[in-house]
Amino acid sequence: MDLARTEVTRAGKRARAVRGSAARLGLMAVPVAFFAVFFAYPVAAIVARGLKTDGVWQLGRIGDVLAQSDVRHVLWFTTWQALASTGLTLLVALPGAYVFARFDFPGKQVLRAVVTVPFVLPTVVVGTAFLALVGRGGLFDELWGLRLDTTVWAILLAHVFFNYAVVVRTVGGLWAQLDPRQEEAARMLGASRLRAWRQVTLPALAPAVAAAALMVFLFTFTSFGVVQILGGPTFSTLEVEIYRQTSQVFDLSTAAVLTLIQFAAVVAVLAVHAWTVRRRETALRLVDAATTVRRPRGAGQWALLAGVLGVIAVLLVLPLAVLVQRSLGASGFGYYRALTREDGGAFLVPPIEAIGNSLQYVVAATAIAVVIGALAATALTRRDAGRFVRGFDALLMLPLGVSAVTVGFGFLIALDEPPLDLRSSWILVPLAQALVGVPFVVRTMLPVLRAVDGRLREAAAVLGASPWRVWREVDLPMVRRALLVAAGFAFAVSLGEFGATVFIARPDNPTLPVAVARLLGRPGDMNYGQAMALSTILMLVCAVALVVLERLRTDRSGEF
Amino acid sequence: MVGTLAACGSSDDGGDGSGSGGSRTVTLVSHDSWAVSKDVIAAFEKNSGYKVKVLEDGDAGQAVNKAILTKDNPQGDVFFGVDNTLLSRALDNGLFQSYEAKGSDLVLPEYRADREKHRVTPVDTGDICVNYDKAYFREHGLTPPRTLDDLVKPEYKDLLVTENAGSSSPGLGFLLGTAAKYGDEGWEGYWKKLKSNGVKVVDSWEQAYNEEFSGSAGGKKAKGDRPLVVSYASSPPVEVVYADPQPDTAPTGVADGTCFRQVEYAGLLSNAKNPEGGKALLDFLLSKSFQEDMPLNMFVYPVREGAQVPEVFSKFGPRAKDPQTLDPAKIADNRDQWVKSWTSLVLK
Repeated sequence: MDLARTEVTRAGKRARAVRGSAARLGLMAVPVAFFAVFFAYPVAAIVARGLKTDGVWQLGRIGDVLAQSDVRHVLWFTTWQALASTGLTLLVALPGAYVFARFDFPGKQVLRAVVTVPFVLPTVVVGTAFLALVGRGGLFDELWGLRLDTTVWAILLAHVFFNYAVVVRTVGGLWAQLDPRQEEAARMLGASRLRAWRQVTLPALAPAVAAAALMVFLFTFTSFGVVQILGGPTFSTLEVEIYRQTSQVFDLSTAAVLTLIQFAAVVAVLAVHAWTVRRRETALRLVDAATTVRRPRGAGQWALLAGVLGVIAVLLVLPLAVLVQRSLGASGFGYYRALTREDGGAFLVPPIEAIGNSLQYVVAATAIAVVIGALAATALTRRDAGRFVRGFDALLMLPLGVSAVTVGFGFLIALDEPPLDLRSSWILVPLAQALVGVPFVVRTMLPVLRAVDGRLREAAAVLGASPWRVWREVDLPMVRRALLVAAGFAFAVSLGEFGATVFIARPDNPTLPVAVARLLGRPGDMNYGQAMALSTILMLVCAVALVVLERLRTDRSGEF
Repeated sequence: MVGTLAACGSSDDGGDGSGSGGSRTVTLVSHDSWAVSKDVIAAFEKNSGYKVKVLEDGDAGQAVNKAILTKDNPQGDVFFGVDNTLLSRALDNGLFQSYEAKGSDLVLPEYRADREKHRVTPVDTGDICVNYDKAYFREHGLTPPRTLDDLVKPEYKDLLVTENAGSSSPGLGFLLGTAAKYGDEGWEGYWKKLKSNGVKVVDSWEQAYNEEFSGSAGGKKAKGDRPLVVSYASSPPVEVVYADPQPDTAPTGVADGTCFRQVEYAGLLSNAKNPEGGKALLDFLLSKSFQEDMPLNMFVYPVREGAQVPEVFSKFGPRAKDPQTLDPAKIADNRDQWVKSWTSLVLK
């Protein structure tokens, strides 16, 4: 009797497993198809255009290109500045991570939102803000005659500005949940403060620090907008060089080789990242973050807090404040009013229309990213997810690291004939924007979905609920907030997407970042002021999205 | 929402049916220096019955490259703005189809190109020359440079700003001018001297002329500190036309011995959806009214015989007497290699 029951249960489990893998394949089909058609195919098409002549792959070109000293110089500079940016970001942001994790102080919630604003800002806005701070005629130029544009310092500072939040969120999030009593116990056993920290806290934090460092490295290694605006003609990263080779020199084969090099580097970084993330998931004794914070005690801690606040004020708040101040340079909101006029010079339409364009594109992009990302995350959460699925997890991150320029040009040449003739369709822009939104959706949803107790799903299934009903009744209520947060992230990154949009947005329908870049490229006060005004508007939209996000924050803040 | 989005993206195509053969809209793709007087274009629209839509797509080089990449399914019917320095790239990649515009026989012979196949129509011409800030040289008791040779002299150290030859059309023109003057063997040596004499390179003409150059209205405002800039022979009249009140003499001058001649062409795109409208538009670009309208809009010279140039233009922006020129075939063969060597030599 007992034996028979066990047999029945096993059979049921097997049947469920079969149904499960079918369901998993079904869930993954849509995201896989999406990435195949709108990412892999266009990228392959532009690479093939550069490396294939008369149907034959010219792989020898790879060696030729690598043999050029200019190319090696670009590679060296790309790597060097990414390492320097990552190091500098860790140096500046780790104390911040500690302060946010361990200290309780008035205004902490607001400040947490403030430091996250730069991360969701479009690169064009960041470039513009730093130009207003350290560029020709910028604040520092006026005060001390100090100019850093076209130097590597402007690039590094902008990268720290951008990625401060990555470290604070990734490392700080974990730090807040580490049980401080472990370190205290070590000290009671006679370890010095330093030694206790080194042997107890550091090993626990290391994977999070490594993951944050790798993300910062990835973002700075592929930096485009910031280097383009602040670097001048002498500095170029791989991404900028791909842009130059494609759109200016028209050397498609060099561009293709550079794309492959960047691709290989990004895959390597992502592989290491996936590995550290898995390690981070190994058992750490985590406690409720609320129990680990307390008011700063003693002069040292107050000084640390003051130091962190000072850094945030100068490095994060000042550039944005200067941007806003410059946008108000003409009396009576002159630059803002100029945005509504047609004779602005750079456009055939009033620049203000870019706001409407952007918002319409971005709503579609967010919808696409959320659907694709949520399906992928659900597929990835299943307990029976194997190695193949985990590989897919890393693949979903690829669009963040593959040249947006390549994607943009790929769209132009690949999606222009039936059955996929989208070249003159508005959907092209949201599709490209959604590509960068999906990784954020997946990363936000995954930890939350994984935290949903699988037994609830099983119980519901045993009671006869269909998989769709299980998802609706069990998963959805628990992930609704995460879904909204994910949508907010997708919204912000889509709004700021520049590298790909700059090629596929039609000239008469510019998006906000494209409009800002065009205004910056035009001479004169009025255009500069309008660029500042548009950037300020863009920043405000992103900031509002973020404040809404902070209010919706789930217990787990995701992995970014 | 989807309705609005569709409206935002493709209403133009849907509304006037430019996808079909008998469209009444003709689309001109150009770089962002395109400009025309409103009444001149309105007259064309009225006479031809076509409505003109303009897509300005980045700087000259980028617009050409994007047009080539999208030639199977182009964004418009006519492309305007490929110059003699990039012409071969457009022709070799099959960007244009043949059409001999009305009035082609009136184009001055030296500007004609591709005479057998008529894939392009010359539209305007200009000289890329070093401009100088008169006030600076007066104050410093220094004679302004006149020739390319002068620019490498010690008295002009750290005074010149030019554009990236890889990303800017005047920058490329200036490089080709030096190649024409000093030849395959000599131009690199010349640039080495120019580099050690402190030439500054920026990415775009806007940056060089309106920020770095001390002689332009924009540059003065931005506290530009370079009194020599690679710009156009027509830049001095611009400084007069836009000044208020208008001065009797231009505040800037042209170093006559540094010029390179540029010619800009337009052509009917290979897979144009509205070829008939495109042909009418090309005829219009060579018409007397458009040719005479160009100088004060785009600050270039007409190519049509007998087209009148405004007085302010001929007075303050005379054509260079003996500009450098290069055989288009020679440009086609060497341009990319020269730009590459130049980049390694000057930027790295």
